[in-house]
Amino acid sequence: MASNNDSLKKTLIVIVSLCLVCAVIVSGAAVGLKPLQKKNAALDMQRNVLDAAGLLEPGTDVVAVFEERVETKLVNLNTLEVVEDRDVVAFDPIAAARDPELSTKLSKSEDPAGIGRREDITKVYFINDEQGNLETLVLHIRGYGLWGTMYGLIALQPDLNTVRGINFYEHSETPGLGGEITNPRWVQTWQGKEIYGDELEQVQIDVTKNVTSEAHDIDALSGATLTSNGVEYLIQFWFGDMGYGPLLEKIRKGELTNG
Amino acid sequence: MVSAKEIKEVLFGPIFANNPIALQILGICSALAVTSKMENTVVMCIALTLVTAFSNFFISLIRNHIPSNVRIIVQMTIIASLVIVVDEVLRAYAYSIAKELSVFVGLIITNCIVMGRAEAYAMKSPPGMSFLDGIGNGLGYSVVLLIVGFIRELFGSGSLFGYQILQLASEGGWYQPIGLLVLPPSAFFIIGGFIWVLRTYRPEQVEPKD
Repeated sequence: MASNNDSLKKTLIVIVSLCLVCAVIVSGAAVGLKPLQKKNAALDMQRNVLDAAGLLEPGTDVVAVFEERVETKLVNLNTLEVVEDRDVVAFDPIAAARDPELSTKLSKSEDPAGIGRREDITKVYFINDEQGNLETLVLHIRGYGLWGTMYGLIALQPDLNTVRGINFYEHSETPGLGGEITNPRWVQTWQGKEIYGDELEQVQIDVTKNVTSEAHDIDALSGATLTSNGVEYLIQFWFGDMGYGPLLEKIRKGELTNG
Repeated sequence: MVSAKEIKEVLFGPIFANNPIALQILGICSALAVTSKMENTVVMCIALTLVTAFSNFFISLIRNHIPSNVRIIVQMTIIASLVIVVDEVLRAYAYSIAKELSVFVGLIITNCIVMGRAEAYAMKSPPGMSFLDGIGNGLGYSVVLLIVGFIRELFGSGSLFGYQILQLASEGGWYQPIGLLVLPPSAFFIIGGFIWVLRTYRPEQVEPKD
């Protein structure tokens, strides 16, 4: 090793030039690959939406189906108006929930799902059939499970009450126990369940080990009581007054359409 | 010139004779975390092998200019840059795997194998040999991870690379999966077993009694 390596001058030269070289490489990789990463993330979310709506089969061209069938809208959950002045594709409701200006803080009693803040503007996916009529409505849902927040999407039939599908695309529940929320067999048990009772007011979904009501009860996951409760609470929250309740009411009345 | 024998020793020595996980007990953390599925395991092995090889290479290139009192920082800077590049590439080209590996790619930075080889080998050896040493140690790490991943996925989920091999009882088959194997701590038992077997065949690896 050269003897002058430890001099102050040499140390500074080596450190500064090393940092410069590394910074160039790292930022080059980050900037250069950014478009591809964004595309991947968007594609992943489109796939999740189609999966929740039951339109995802092996070999499905996600981009083409999404383009053709899905109408994405931003809706303000406070005013129930469609938001026109924001980029629909780039808007991320989960990021919005972290922004104090774009979200509402929930008090403890308002927040059974344990999410802390609810975004004011969210993304709603209208999926149309061939004639252009609403076939499925897909909504973002999330709530706290055992270890962390479970992020998902729920798909409703045109009556906005019957579940077509549910898809938890990100969670950190225990593999083999709570992690079974992604198990296709369990996911299938949601099909055809009705969220509200006859009056369309009270959320009736119950994730329970004693299934009594064919229309509203989901068989809980064995060994995962807290995860099952978390799923039940998040449905209660998102379909209640602070969640999508008023919005669904408005769509049902025909005041907000898929057009 | 370096003899062929020496190259062979540097490249294949770390697989059984001087395995970084089994003998040096380095890099255990990621061996527990990413081995529940073979697919993730393979990607992690490739990522770690590449990072070790290239960090060894670059550190060795400038080894005569690294001031000795900041050498650890210099090594960390190079390793961290490489890991970030690997992470970005994974997120661009293998999005779903990158999502599952999440923080563990970033944690390659603190993987003791990378750091250990940089300090112990690359600081004293020419770039070509350092590169091979990195590949060799990556292979040693990979062998253990692949064995652990194979056992965990096959007996924990009844599948390999996502393909169902053993029909699960919950899906109407006959196989009742071992739940423990899906959880990270099970890797401790498997690695322990691996070390036991290895040291039975190579008694010279057994530490002397205190």
